[in-house]
Amino acid sequence: MSENETSNGALVRVEGVEKVFHRGTEDIHVLADLSLRVPAREFLALMGPSGSGKSTLLNLIGGLDRPTKGSVTVGGEDIDRLSDRQLARWRARHVGFVFQLYNLMPALSAERNVELPLLLTHLSKAERKKHVETALAVVGLSNRAKHSPRTLSGGEQQRVGIARAIVTDPTLLLCDEPTGDLDRKAGDEILNLLQALNREHGKTIIMVTHDPHASARAARTVYLDKGQLGSDPVK
Amino acid sequence: MKFLPLIWSNLKRKKLRTLLTLLSILVAFVLFGFLSAIKQALTGGVQLAGADRLIVRHKVSIIQLLPESYKARMERIPGVVLATYQTWFGGIYQDPKNFFMQNPVVPEEFLDIHPEIVLPPEQKKAWLQTRTGAIVGRKTAQRFHWKIGDKVPLLAIWSQKDGNRTWTFDIVGIYDGSKKGTDTTPMFFRYDYFDEARADAKGQVGWFTIRVKDPARAAETAKLVDQEFENSDAETKAEPEGAFAQAWVSQIGNVELIVAAILGAVFFTILLVTGNTMAQAVRERTGELGVLKAIGFTNAQVVSLVLIESCLLAGLGGVLGLTLAWLVISRGDPTGILPLFYFPAHDWFVGLGISLALGLATGFFPALQAMRLRVADALRRM
Amino acid sequence: MAGLFNWFSQIASITEFGLRSLPQRRGAVAATVIGVAGVVLVLVGVLSMAAGFEEAMAVSGSPDSAIVLRSGADTEMVSGLSREQTQVIADSPGVARTAQGPLASAELFVIINHPKRSTGLDANVPLRGVEPAALRVRDQVRLIRGRMFDWGKNEVVVGCGADREFAGLEVGSTMKVGRYDWLIVGVFSAGGGIAESEIWTDAKVLQAAYHRGDSFQSVRVKLTSPGAFAAFKDSLTTNPQLTVRVDRESEYYAEQSETLTRLITTLGFLIAFLMAIGAVFGALNTMYSAVSARTREIATLRALGFGGGAVVVSLMIESLLLALIGGVLGGALAHLAFNGFHTSTMNFQSFSQVAFAFRVTPQLLVRGIVWSAVIGLIGGLFPAIRAARLPVAAALREL
Repeated sequence: MSENETSNGALVRVEGVEKVFHRGTEDIHVLADLSLRVPAREFLALMGPSGSGKSTLLNLIGGLDRPTKGSVTVGGEDIDRLSDRQLARWRARHVGFVFQLYNLMPALSAERNVELPLLLTHLSKAERKKHVETALAVVGLSNRAKHSPRTLSGGEQQRVGIARAIVTDPTLLLCDEPTGDLDRKAGDEILNLLQALNREHGKTIIMVTHDPHASARAARTVYLDKGQLGSDPVK
Repeated sequence: MKFLPLIWSNLKRKKLRTLLTLLSILVAFVLFGFLSAIKQALTGGVQLAGADRLIVRHKVSIIQLLPESYKARMERIPGVVLATYQTWFGGIYQDPKNFFMQNPVVPEEFLDIHPEIVLPPEQKKAWLQTRTGAIVGRKTAQRFHWKIGDKVPLLAIWSQKDGNRTWTFDIVGIYDGSKKGTDTTPMFFRYDYFDEARADAKGQVGWFTIRVKDPARAAETAKLVDQEFENSDAETKAEPEGAFAQAWVSQIGNVELIVAAILGAVFFTILLVTGNTMAQAVRERTGELGVLKAIGFTNAQVVSLVLIESCLLAGLGGVLGLTLAWLVISRGDPTGILPLFYFPAHDWFVGLGISLALGLATGFFPALQAMRLRVADALRRM
Repeated sequence: MAGLFNWFSQIASITEFGLRSLPQRRGAVAATVIGVAGVVLVLVGVLSMAAGFEEAMAVSGSPDSAIVLRSGADTEMVSGLSREQTQVIADSPGVARTAQGPLASAELFVIINHPKRSTGLDANVPLRGVEPAALRVRDQVRLIRGRMFDWGKNEVVVGCGADREFAGLEVGSTMKVGRYDWLIVGVFSAGGGIAESEIWTDAKVLQAAYHRGDSFQSVRVKLTSPGAFAAFKDSLTTNPQLTVRVDRESEYYAEQSETLTRLITTLGFLIAFLMAIGAVFGALNTMYSAVSARTREIATLRALGFGGGAVVVSLMIESLLLALIGGVLGGALAHLAFNGFHTSTMNFQSFSQVAFAFRVTPQLLVRGIVWSAVIGLIGGLFPAIRAARLPVAAALREL
């Protein structure tokens, strides 16, 4: 499924979304009446202090969680209405995640890590191999394919994470503090890569970060504070 | 299966833990193998009993003797094809510890009724030609390193006419069993020599073996035999060979129950310990499982991964344990007392079934945990 | 001295710290305790079978009783003595005497079949013919129900073990064996010994019923003292008219039970040994898991200055403690479940049922505790060493 645009030209539409967490007897309101539109091919940065709900918002857009109220539509599909099983399938097809701590399987080699999302498709072994090689080439790690994460630097691990995120050619790339654990130089490399993916390959990227250096690379930045968007989010 | 590398990598994550779990499962199955062999040794006679054979003994107990002349009367009973007899000789070879059974028999009839006794024709011929000849089973022959032509002295409970209780026999044949579990420990010699040479109880024998025409009517024929000798000096109790063996085993005690109880305790313990290890392992991988779900693995897929992992481990441990048990068992009986000792084929299936069940049981709660995992929580915890 | 004290107090703190965290690790703790308990339960349970059987045999023979069989007979069943021979034996030196005569009982027995209560199938029971001195030769025998049989009649008394294991032996009922009926008039106990598995009657009546002429199989005598045995034996073995073997009753029974005891004990140890190996692997696993779950905690302690050796010792103490609890639990369960459990089995050497009770002896319990301690020590040793050797910085980073 290619990137479908709604009538407003937005790939992602978040409308009036509320998210409440229940901790024992307490109710914690993380997001309140939030709306956001993200057009296709945009590189968007989500910034805000810790506890502002940026990761929660990212999770909602990525179908990792459901809103307490409101709707989330991606590519014309109301993902908040999908069942768990349907959501899983949807994620496999449409979303690639990049995590702050890379979240690679320590016991698998780099190429096996990248291959993981492809196991959920019906591609043959040869086809999977081809996609993995391509993804690793894009992130510039073809010569490290057989290494285990333990023997890779932080920057290299994150690049493997990105390769894994793009290997199925997803609609959306969601990055949660992708440079949070890296030094300046490695972080820059990652941001270069993300920018290239956005400009040359047309990937829609939503990145959560607290580093202004990183958000400067994005085309647009929105600010979250106490579950509300600070600046005007609608284009 | 394309998911195999993923599953395998999970097992390799903590090699020592996987190895230890594997080893403890392996040991449980070695125990299973041993106990199966012991159970088979004590109860195997029941399965190997001839369906077309009856054992007829004195009603009071097998220790009492029956008249040899009963043979003719038995063969006149409808349904009886052939009747032959054996007697307990009770001989000692050098040391009471070297126990094995030796019985005088009527050679041709005996071999006819017991087709599982395999004797080369030339040895059979030699037996028929040698009055003091005896055939011995392969197992006992190997135990004492006997060869054809050896003379074997036995100190019996029976005296010869001159008062001497040492009888000497010539080994003229070594027989094998046609079936896996056939007992090749006994020795058989000629009844005519025995009866002529013995001082007491001439014409009296220990028990009869009868071949019936129709195995399906074995029990009925047994009743007819008992009726024939009712109210005579020596009343009989006839029963199918299987029932006789069963009664014999049950005198030892409820072997099956004891074995099952021990195995039950063992596997319950293993289940608990292994289950705990699995649960711990899954708990440690919460983050990884979260990532898999984020990537798009469904609940069902994640549950399968956990279960396949536990079943693989249990299965491997089971197969290795059973194989090791089988290898050790093939080397023979450690106690030196049991008549047969081998690992019965059908217990392989039972063992594999148990290992599968073990895999599912130990993986159950961890799989449940993995299924219930909320992705957002898992990722945050990572 | 201060250094040693310091070391001990370190161990004490770490151990206390560890024990306090036990409630959080309920699963692993339960696994260790129950795992070891299971091993000890099976070990003690199976060996209590052998112990019980041995005890039944041991109780059966007293040191001042002797039994005489025909020479070469390894069991009563294949022995044979004439009346004259039994009289010579009874009159030998060393045999205790009363006003009624020597305390000697010439005996014989036959095997009869009777259905066992537990299986419903026939099993072998000894029917023994005794002489009037029998009750005094065997000083443990007491009548507990009914009365003694009348001499010369087809009456029997039944051992309480036989009564328990076999159906249809109630006082007042009649036992039909072959062509004869035997009236059951009483039940006797024999301190748990083998005699309790037998049925007794007058030897003369038994001889007649089974066409034994005037022959016997054994003579049991009461000696004037345990020390009189040597003289008694010598006088018989040097007598040219007799070819007999003379044994103390206790030694005779020990020999009789040898095969079965050996079988049960060998099997018992085999099973227990395998289980113990499995338990060690299981304990290692649980302890490794426990240690890895507390890596950060242990590294913190070490960063704070607690010594590696103290860590090792306290972890082993913890493992040992858990294993010992399991051992005590297993032993207690075994005692509850097995001690005094009555059963009977066939003694190959006598061809008949021997009734006995499982015995969880103190030695077995001690053995169980020792095994659990060994499992605990081995199970704790290697993980503890690994925990102590872990590079502190790396461990602190491990979340």
